[in-house]
Amino acid sequence: MKQFDSGGVGIETRATAPKGLTESDLVRMYEYMVLARSLDERMWLLNRAGQAPFVISCQGHEAAQVGAAFSLQPEKDVLVPYYRDLGMVLYFGLTPRELMLSLLARKGDPTSAGRQMPGHYGSRKHNVITGSSPVATQVLHATGIALAAKYRREDTVAWTCVGEGGTSQGDFHEALNFASIHRLPVVFFVENNGYAISVPQRKQMAIENVADRAAGYGMPGVTVDGGDPVAVYTVAREAVDRARAGGGPTLIEAKVQRLTAHSSDDDDRTYRDPEELKAERAQDPIVRFRAALMEQGVLTEAQDADIRARIKAQIDDATEFAEQAPYPDPAELMLHVYGS
Amino acid sequence: MAREITYRDALREALREEMDRDERVFLMGEDIGAYEGSYVVTRGFLQEYGRKRVRDTPISELAIVGLANGAAMGGLRPVVELMTINFSLLAMDQIVNHAAKIHYMFNGQFTVPIVIRTASGWGQLGATHSQTFEAWYAHVPGLRVVMPATPKDAKGFLKSAIRSDDPVMFIEHSLIYRNRGEVPEGEYLLPLEGAEVRREGTDVTIVSWSRGYYLAMGAAEELAREGIEAEVIDMRVLRPLDTDTVVRSVQKTNRLVIVEESWRTLGMGAEIAAAVQEQAFDYLDAPIARVGSVEVPMPYAKNLERLVIPGKDEVVAAVREVLYRDLAAAR
Repeated sequence: MKQFDSGGVGIETRATAPKGLTESDLVRMYEYMVLARSLDERMWLLNRAGQAPFVISCQGHEAAQVGAAFSLQPEKDVLVPYYRDLGMVLYFGLTPRELMLSLLARKGDPTSAGRQMPGHYGSRKHNVITGSSPVATQVLHATGIALAAKYRREDTVAWTCVGEGGTSQGDFHEALNFASIHRLPVVFFVENNGYAISVPQRKQMAIENVADRAAGYGMPGVTVDGGDPVAVYTVAREAVDRARAGGGPTLIEAKVQRLTAHSSDDDDRTYRDPEELKAERAQDPIVRFRAALMEQGVLTEAQDADIRARIKAQIDDATEFAEQAPYPDPAELMLHVYGS
Repeated sequence: MAREITYRDALREALREEMDRDERVFLMGEDIGAYEGSYVVTRGFLQEYGRKRVRDTPISELAIVGLANGAAMGGLRPVVELMTINFSLLAMDQIVNHAAKIHYMFNGQFTVPIVIRTASGWGQLGATHSQTFEAWYAHVPGLRVVMPATPKDAKGFLKSAIRSDDPVMFIEHSLIYRNRGEVPEGEYLLPLEGAEVRREGTDVTIVSWSRGYYLAMGAAEELAREGIEAEVIDMRVLRPLDTDTVVRSVQKTNRLVIVEESWRTLGMGAEIAAAVQEQAFDYLDAPIARVGSVEVPMPYAKNLERLVIPGKDEVVAAVREVLYRDLAAAR
């Protein structure tokens, strides 16, 4: 495992299976990463073609998300994601078809039936909780879900994700403080891509590593290379095991790259040095993991081609399915304003 | 059987009955445990129910409501206390952007059954501690906003609020906790909607809620001595707002005075007046009068504070105005 005590993203990626994972799990990780990336790319295509009003991307975060997701048990743990967590929600069971319905705001969208913006993932049957657009609000919900789990003596871990930008919100402080006081079974996962829309990390905080803040709450804090899914899995698994055993919360910071603009409404050329982006692209986590898997003989060219062909077919199917799906029924506009 | 108890004791009884009935109900807030609540509503609860169900929190209003939203989605029924409604502003995002919308945004997959108990009120507490914000919350679809005036309503509404699958802003008032009234013993539930005609009259309708209801009743009694019979309506619930009851009354009395403790601009009174002119325009014999606070941040000095908050005299004067009594006397 490669951990950092000062910032920066490493370039090593391991492809040997850690405790709890087999080599075929590593290939599954790779598949989820490629699926998330390919789906995301298709969403941009639909946006640029005028079919999808809004896209917000996971590109550059896939290794962190998939590595972390593998440490969780989707049938009993609760995921409280943020808008970049396409890789995580795929692992929790949302399908490309469902995600395309959400992107195009169609009736069958399982998150919300076309009521939520894309990227605001949620599905009760998949234990995924939708959030709102103000950032970091979800970390409070995750902490409350952990409170409920402990209250009911359930074997549930709440996992929540937030960008490093969200950690500047008071919500983040209040949630971590409360979670630590009561040793709640929750893991706070910061996907640090260095930008809060256009504001670079150095203008968001005077520290190198968000995880250093954990000390102030009396919980463990770990910074990990978010381009290495195995490293992330290892750190995440330790945090999840600790939470499940009653040991309380952990703050994990995965250093990742943002390989796209903030969203489809943003042009990052106005604030981002092209050289920096080029350097980040050179460390693309999917390219890194693929090379490592091949070097270790866990993945062959033929397997990779087969995986990519299957994923392309799946995404073609999802796109066509969503494009043909009906829009929400206007008769249901007022449905569910109240629950009773 | 009913007996007379205070508004505070009615709330305590409701909380206790619901906590005894349902293990999922728990309390969370600042100073509600050992300190027993800033308005002593939770006296003895910590000893009786223990730390798991009576949780003192850090000074973190946003976390109190945010965690409650999460805990509610996790299957519990949180009843949280925000010390006063002034501090609810720190939790506004979790109330307005989350509690009110999760059910809708999730297309009905999750309900958020939380109750936010908080207190309106004033009494030499200064500008940021004396405000009246029910209109802010009543503006938001997805919330229910309840503001009981009587001990009986306090019990019936609080029990129903705890059982409701909707988020409820349950707004008490610091100056009426000691008011006494008849309250049914044991199970007593009120639907979370509907105004109530508390006094019948033919000459004018006076509408208010919470502490304002007592001003309205006081004014009605004084006016009765000079032969003016006022109909007094306690709105009780501000979302959903029962304007039908007000309209029916105005169709009978043809005159309306609305009494509120908040600033009149964009307030509940403006909303009620709009509904009445939409539905009973032809019945009105005088412009609708609104009695509210002076539009100023609340000053601390007692004499200045008294100038800001409406009293019974202002209500009586407004009634005379809509009845053109002062004009008649002047002629």
